[in-house]
Amino acid sequence: MRHRHTNDSDNDVVRAIRRQDKAVVLELAGEIDLHRSVKLRERLLDLTAERPDMIVINLSEVSFMDSSGLATLVEALQLCRRNGGALKLVGIQERVRSILEISRLDHIFPIFDSESEAMAS
Amino acid sequence: MSNPPEPKSVDPETVIAIRCLNKSFGVQKVLKGIHLDVLRGETMVVMGGSGCGKSTLLRHMIGSIAPDEGSIRLFDQDITVMSEPEMNEMRKRFGILFQSSALFNSLTVGENVALPLREHTKLDQTTIEIMVKIKLELVGLREHADKMPAQLSGGMKKRAGLARAIALDPQILFYDEPSAGLDPVTSAQIDQLIIDLTKKLRVTSVVVTHEMDSAFRIADRMCMLDKGVILKEGPRAEFEALRDSAEESLANDTERLIRQFLRGDPEGPITQRKVQSDYEEDLLMVSLKMD
Repeated sequence: MRHRHTNDSDNDVVRAIRRQDKAVVLELAGEIDLHRSVKLRERLLDLTAERPDMIVINLSEVSFMDSSGLATLVEALQLCRRNGGALKLVGIQERVRSILEISRLDHIFPIFDSESEAMAS
Repeated sequence: MSNPPEPKSVDPETVIAIRCLNKSFGVQKVLKGIHLDVLRGETMVVMGGSGCGKSTLLRHMIGSIAPDEGSIRLFDQDITVMSEPEMNEMRKRFGILFQSSALFNSLTVGENVALPLREHTKLDQTTIEIMVKIKLELVGLREHADKMPAQLSGGMKKRAGLARAIALDPQILFYDEPSAGLDPVTSAQIDQLIIDLTKKLRVTSVVVTHEMDSAFRIADRMCMLDKGVILKEGPRAEFEALRDSAEESLANDTERLIRQFLRGDPEGPITQRKVQSDYEEDLLMVSLKMD
């Protein structure tokens, strides 16, 4: 198993990127709004271009996400699927879950409690 | 003209704080010493009869008219002293559903919702397109994205207007008579949408209305305006109790007046006052003509 760990400043929406075999785990942090989702999109487009088998997005440190954040994740999901890969969400806080539910995206994204569950599925 | 007192620090949960607000149009005083707090995540319904000042109060809250005196703080920032660029930034933090829905007739529903995102953000076109679908799904109009406003029913126009109002994920939503002109079932559906959006997106809502069924469905707290003055402000339960109480049990004319409005009774202090006022005005007009 190959591990590579990248740490970013606390202001960065992507706090860390870990690579495990053909999966990539992204740890996001803070509030994802109109401004920060632009940065998130850049990072996700770069990652999806690598065509990993799986992208796991850990949202346990994300306290809020607006619809620009949701749209960014939807686009990444599209790109992953187009490349034959999967995108999974883990560790969703209650407020973000509520936003996913009202937008009816909770049935579109595969959602797991932990990274290990997401990896195993 | 005396200066309004310095606003005291407000509770961090207070999203809108109005203090000592006065406004006149010519000789007519339309708002007199308004003091109102709206708390984070609640739905505040402002109600009152035609000409009571509720629409004028709403227009002050969205910064479209300036008060003669007083302060209006949104997110603890006084909008009455803001420059136009500062006010434009503030406007991104609230959405408005106008009575007419205010859709652009030359644009499709989807383009109407996309417009604020194109004008006020640097988001990529793909992100905007997905956001528009999410907003339209929220209001139940996703399959109507390509229709023109003229092809929509009154209720659908309201929904489209609401989708556009929430395009920028605002923290406050202002509604101007959201039920006006809608049939009872459509009106109830719009009310349910307002409740869902307020609670699930955790926005703060201010609804101006004179439709009492709607007001009682959506309000957490209510305030009643009459002749530019807030007669009563409090939790919905207090207004329900007043509406359902026996007239004889009420302490004063103000309570009787509010009760009549809430119940929509044809007889009571409001009717009496109107008849007397009209009569007096009519008589005075005659004497003026004689001069």
